[in-house]
Amino acid sequence: MAEATHDEVHRHEAPKGFIRKYIFSLDHKVIGIQYILLALTAVLVGMLMSVLMRINLSWPGSKWSILGTLFPTGAPGGVMSDSFYLSLVTMHGTLMVFFVLTTAPQGGFGNYFLPIQIGAEDMAFPVLNMLSFWVTFVGFIVLLLAILAEGNLTVGAWFSKLGASFAGGTGTVGPIGGWTGYPPLSALGPIAGPGQGAGVNLWIISIAIFCVGSLLGALNFITTLLNMRTRGMSLMRMPLTCWAWFTTAILALLSFPVLLGGGILLLLDRIAGTSFFIPGGLFVSGNLVPQHTGGSPLLWQHLFWFFGHPEVYIAILPGMGATSHVLSTFARKPIFGYRAMVFAIFAIGMLGFFVWGHHMFISGMSPYSAIAFSILTLSIGVPSAIKTFNWLGTLWGAKIRFTTPMLFAIGFVSVFVAGGITGLVLGQTSLDFFFHDTYFVTAHFHLVMGVASIFGMFAATYFWFPKMFGRMMNETLGKLHFWVTFLGVYAIFVPFHAMGMLGMPRRYANFGEYEFLKNSHSLVLFVTVAAIITVGIQIVFYFNLFWSMFWGKKASDNPWEATTLEWTTATPPPHDNFAGVVPTVYRGPYEFAVPGAPRDFIMQTEPEAVEVTAGLGDRSGNGGNGHKH
Amino acid sequence: MGRVLGIAIWVITILSVLMFVTKRWWFPESISEHGPAVDHQFMITIIVVGISFSAAQIGLGWVVWKYRDSASAQRATYSHGNNRLEVIWTIVTAIIFISLAVMGQRVWASLHLHSAPPGSYQIEVVAQQFAWTFRYPGKDGVFGRTDPSLINDEGQNFVGLDETAPNAKDDIQVSTLVIPANQPVELILRSKDVTHSFFVPQLRFKQDLVPGMKIPVHFTATKVGKYELACAELCGMNHYKMKSYMLVLPKEEFAELTNLPPAQFLTKKEELLAKYKLPQY
Repeated sequence: MAEATHDEVHRHEAPKGFIRKYIFSLDHKVIGIQYILLALTAVLVGMLMSVLMRINLSWPGSKWSILGTLFPTGAPGGVMSDSFYLSLVTMHGTLMVFFVLTTAPQGGFGNYFLPIQIGAEDMAFPVLNMLSFWVTFVGFIVLLLAILAEGNLTVGAWFSKLGASFAGGTGTVGPIGGWTGYPPLSALGPIAGPGQGAGVNLWIISIAIFCVGSLLGALNFITTLLNMRTRGMSLMRMPLTCWAWFTTAILALLSFPVLLGGGILLLLDRIAGTSFFIPGGLFVSGNLVPQHTGGSPLLWQHLFWFFGHPEVYIAILPGMGATSHVLSTFARKPIFGYRAMVFAIFAIGMLGFFVWGHHMFISGMSPYSAIAFSILTLSIGVPSAIKTFNWLGTLWGAKIRFTTPMLFAIGFVSVFVAGGITGLVLGQTSLDFFFHDTYFVTAHFHLVMGVASIFGMFAATYFWFPKMFGRMMNETLGKLHFWVTFLGVYAIFVPFHAMGMLGMPRRYANFGEYEFLKNSHSLVLFVTVAAIITVGIQIVFYFNLFWSMFWGKKASDNPWEATTLEWTTATPPPHDNFAGVVPTVYRGPYEFAVPGAPRDFIMQTEPEAVEVTAGLGDRSGNGGNGHKH
Repeated sequence: MGRVLGIAIWVITILSVLMFVTKRWWFPESISEHGPAVDHQFMITIIVVGISFSAAQIGLGWVVWKYRDSASAQRATYSHGNNRLEVIWTIVTAIIFISLAVMGQRVWASLHLHSAPPGSYQIEVVAQQFAWTFRYPGKDGVFGRTDPSLINDEGQNFVGLDETAPNAKDDIQVSTLVIPANQPVELILRSKDVTHSFFVPQLRFKQDLVPGMKIPVHFTATKVGKYELACAELCGMNHYKMKSYMLVLPKEEFAELTNLPPAQFLTKKEELLAKYKLPQY
């Protein structure tokens, strides 16, 4: 890796061949865009699935001839079966959590901008970086195969030849055990019902492959950030985005191996006759299961949530970083409490490893550990609140420019508060008696983990697009996209809380069986209409994105008058990011509105000489000038 | 744009708060001894949540309204923060959140950190894919031996009762949960196949049934009536159809029922199931 030493001042040219330049590229910028394209593809499928679910919930038994044609066994005559619905639930969750919320924020924007923001030419290990994307891509293909193996009779028959646990073609679009895949349901194979054959095997393999890809990426991020910062880029001068990507990488490094291990054990239970998660004495679908004994279903839940809870922060932290970055830029004001923000990111990340048991209060786990997990869980609200206060502090006394990225960043703060705050309800053991596995939970995590993260990514997209493609995205379309999406997500997820209040259980294909849910019809219908509109408006985003790549207004090198290193280089950045000139950093990342300075922003690379007000404004020690490590 | 965004955030805040304040969609009535305490803890929590939510959103709406870019040449305030404020809001939120967390353990501890009180009536709950079986010990008050190899769903032996064993003869297997009012009940929860979850919204109670485990739980129902029992843990294709009923009977009526021999128990239960009506919503 001779390229990794950034002291040499000479150019590195991009490879000329199409394949090495765009497909198997070692350039972190190309790899970042590949991750983003993967996420843009996965999120389309995930959204389509959510619309199908809403349609089934609002108009059960309605006929959709196209579904009948595509899935003759899963939707006979165009009417969705219950197991088809549950497989949508599973695949929607899996696609969104893994292939959208874990790829775009970290592998996408992190890959593209972390090296540039710290003044490096590339990632520390470019080959590893390329592998991490292509491994992840293979994971995605395997997940799509899971859809085909269960949903398509021909492909299903082909898989069935591999053995009993690979039986396919049951008419679902994958497994029906939810994205958490709790055994024994997920471990027993086809006797446990439709979608439990090839679908589950491929689902596990896909996630295991994904874990490997994420691990490779995490190693690369950590090494790059620690070793390849340019002259003057001390840790406390890094943009908050870099702190977020760094913390996320540590979380990924420590949590994905656990899921990988769990996944392998689950697969062994299914195909090798082991009993890690299957206890003895089971009686399933009219048959004894004598070949298994001694396993524990709770073991899987511990392994899964030991990964699963940090995963929430893997999804949200990069969004927090992007939001902080964008807020400060368009508030034209330094970030409020930089140091507190750094500590809060780290505190959230670390505490995130000690709260997984709050997913398991009623699982049969010891009620004493539930209490410990509960108190730790509510403690994590403290650093989250610190971040919110500091965002408000950043906007206080600002001079806000309402660009589309800024609107999404403000939207992020609003949605993050709305979603996060109900954690105070769900984190209490006594309230979990009622709310566990109701729509209250669905409301909570969709807002805080799904929508907030996505708002962070929308802000990032509109903000960095000009740097990535040399053209601006259309502001009018961007604002239209923001307004409909912002009102839409509230219209979808606020009523989910009301359904939770009624006690509506998650993962029900139909609510008609229960008298206590009778009151929910209007809510369910309202949410469906809101969801269809909100998903529909994303067409405007996709159009804006691809149209602007070719026909958008030409962008200058620093269209937003921002301060960090990515705005000092050419647009789009050259192959080695800074054209062989290693940047030197003289100050913190958010020097806006410095009194006496000629402009209302000072780039990180502007030398001290320009500075008129040395020593001013750094009294609280919050990432201003002069913190050298 | 700042004004519009500020107003939009305020309107969203007001509508969200109203949704809770009007109680248009709210808990079903509470019918257990611990239920009112759960509801009370929820009220305290949702008030704290509501105030924090509103304060943050109104504050956010206010700053985007107030500090929108104006034509003036004046720059934004140059400030990197305020350590005193950081300390204050960290301590205040820590106190509020941790207090809530501690309060939120009370009901949980009262039910889960103690074994069932003396005089509790024991019932075994056996879940299987898409059905519930409740086993009563019968007149002798003792459960007979079971063995998974004796399970015979067609023969109505859902729990695998060994009919030759002592104490087994008078055991009753029934598909409806019948419990006494105002007397503690201990349920022994287990599952034959996959993980299920016992959920009666009115009871304010939920507990997973895990294959390979016997999980004892206890509570006291206080209101006579018929309620729906739902499965709250995804258990397969017919998950939402895994429904049963919970009948809460006056103590005497319950004692009378449980003293009946198996066949008469079942007939009587059917009568009672038809007699009681579900609460209307």
